Amino acid sequence: MLKPQDRVFQNLHGQDDAFLEGARKRGSWSNTKEILSKEQNEVIELVKSSQLRGRGGAGFSTGLKWSFMPKDTGKQHYLVVNADESEPGTCKDREIIRNDPHMLIEGCLIASYAIQATKCYIYIRGEYHYEYLQLEKAIQEAYDKNLIGKNACGSGFDFDLYVHRGAGAYICGEETALLESLEGKKGQPRLKPPFPAGVGLYGMPTTINNVESIAVVPTILRRGPDWFKSIGKENNTGTKIFCISGNVNNPCTVEEEMGIPLKELIEKHAGGVEGGWNNLKAIIPGGSSTPMLAKDVCETVLMNFDDLRANGSGLGTAGVIVVNKDNNITEVIERFAHFYKHESCGQCTPCREGTGWMFRMMQKLVRGEISPEQIELLENVTKQVEGHTICALGDAAAWPIQGLIKNFKSELIKNYKKKLKAS
Amino acid sequence: MSGNHPGLSNTFIHSGEKFEWSKENLQSIKKIISRYPSERKQSAVMPLLYLAQEQNDNWISIECIETIAETLSMPKIRVTEVASFYSMYNTQPVGKNLIQVCRTSPCWLRGSNKITDTICKETKCQINETSEDNLFTVVEVECLGACSNGPMIQINNDFYEDLDETSTKQIIDNIKNDLPNKVGSQKGRRSSENA
Repeated sequence: MLKPQDRVFQNLHGQDDAFLEGARKRGSWSNTKEILSKEQNEVIELVKSSQLRGRGGAGFSTGLKWSFMPKDTGKQHYLVVNADESEPGTCKDREIIRNDPHMLIEGCLIASYAIQATKCYIYIRGEYHYEYLQLEKAIQEAYDKNLIGKNACGSGFDFDLYVHRGAGAYICGEETALLESLEGKKGQPRLKPPFPAGVGLYGMPTTINNVESIAVVPTILRRGPDWFKSIGKENNTGTKIFCISGNVNNPCTVEEEMGIPLKELIEKHAGGVEGGWNNLKAIIPGGSSTPMLAKDVCETVLMNFDDLRANGSGLGTAGVIVVNKDNNITEVIERFAHFYKHESCGQCTPCREGTGWMFRMMQKLVRGEISPEQIELLENVTKQVEGHTICALGDAAAWPIQGLIKNFKSELIKNYKKKLKAS
Repeated sequence: MSGNHPGLSNTFIHSGEKFEWSKENLQSIKKIISRYPSERKQSAVMPLLYLAQEQNDNWISIECIETIAETLSMPKIRVTEVASFYSMYNTQPVGKNLIQVCRTSPCWLRGSNKITDTICKETKCQINETSEDNLFTVVEVECLGACSNGPMIQINNDFYEDLDETSTKQIIDNIKNDLPNKVGSQKGRRSSENA
């Protein structure tokens, strides 16, 4: 369990002032100039050695990502912060933005300095209107006090920060779709390579990071990578914000040690499963696209990248969705299938056609109308969508269905037989 | 989702009169464009669509698109493409209060169906419909990103969270009676803390 003195996000729930005065009391902006006096490479190395892995879903090393940026190109470099939080089950970046926006702003400055970017855009989802206003207000404060802008914090580094609002498209959380959207186009993902580090926003070198990844950077540099590494396990270090939703007694978001046992997370922070632990059906551990875990796995699994992967799922965004036995698990997945059908950008045929087809099959599956052979066909089609599209939305649509069939196939067949008998 | 969803229809319509930017918006536009490189004015298309929608009673007419295209020196079709791709730009007129009910699994597990039913009953409109007095338009939407506070709805810019049937009815009643509503959690939570 996380010790109180190790908490990074001290105002996660808005118990104190969200703005500059409060942020300074919590330690933000205290020695930014000193941090910016380090060599750029040194900052990257420190973040790398903290073993911070991206908090947006893929879990790629943040420091390593920064090191891919070309050096001294003479071109405009960009940092783009992905605040298009839209993965069902995920509501963590929202809390950072509305309750502690200066952590993000200071992180933007430091990360931009490390990758030689003098301009940064924060792409925030359109529905987060209040969060957008909070962020704009905090940015204005930072400009007024010259924490950002020309000669930011007196460091000699010029830095501009802008906010760009999305408008209700999940796909813009995919990094290259986000860049397209920022350029004023439909949010359709780009083919990679070239990767954004070489050819990104407006064709310039660009790094795209999640809000939570950027917001922890100032604390890592203040307290040192060794402190960060002392929390959690090798390669799964630091603290993590978990969002717990669905059938628990007290749904909440909470910062915990990376790798806390899933059961402990649910029982300690969310008041347990509705109807008791034995009423648990399954848990989706990392946002809608990660495959579900059956109850026996939930007993022991640790909430980190590697342990969840070893158990056939993933940490994703750490959006923990709990489903108890009072609800139909098939309908949970059918609703996700509807979500992905709705959010497919329409660019790649396997995804555009596949998400619609899978949704219609899922509708029938909810009604117990598809035979064991058709269940196999459905599973087969999910595998034809997976890995055959430009971006990962196809995979994200396929995995929840695969997880359902893997864990509950016999139950699905039983439903079909029951329905057959009844008719 | 149905093609009648005001944010997801590709059928744009004329309002019948030319759309001209208000004085304040002309000022805002200058500021918005300055955020992007000078040869990349097209980046401002999304913020300008928001401005136009705000000025035009919460929807985007063909005339709005024409004016934006002119302002940003973009082909009209490029503006149209963007306006139809993103669900938050309403391509048809909507009621004074656009109610969006989250239907995705985390909210559904906590009873979003009951919230939808209550809203339809109290506003006297079905999903994707606008009430006769033009006070409400009701739509079902995908995850709005407040999952630990489900079930939840969005009315115009505001989130209403931790709902049940009683609090939902109260919110609708308040709108009908022109009374203010408390935004956010309806169960007294500050945000999404354990309570």
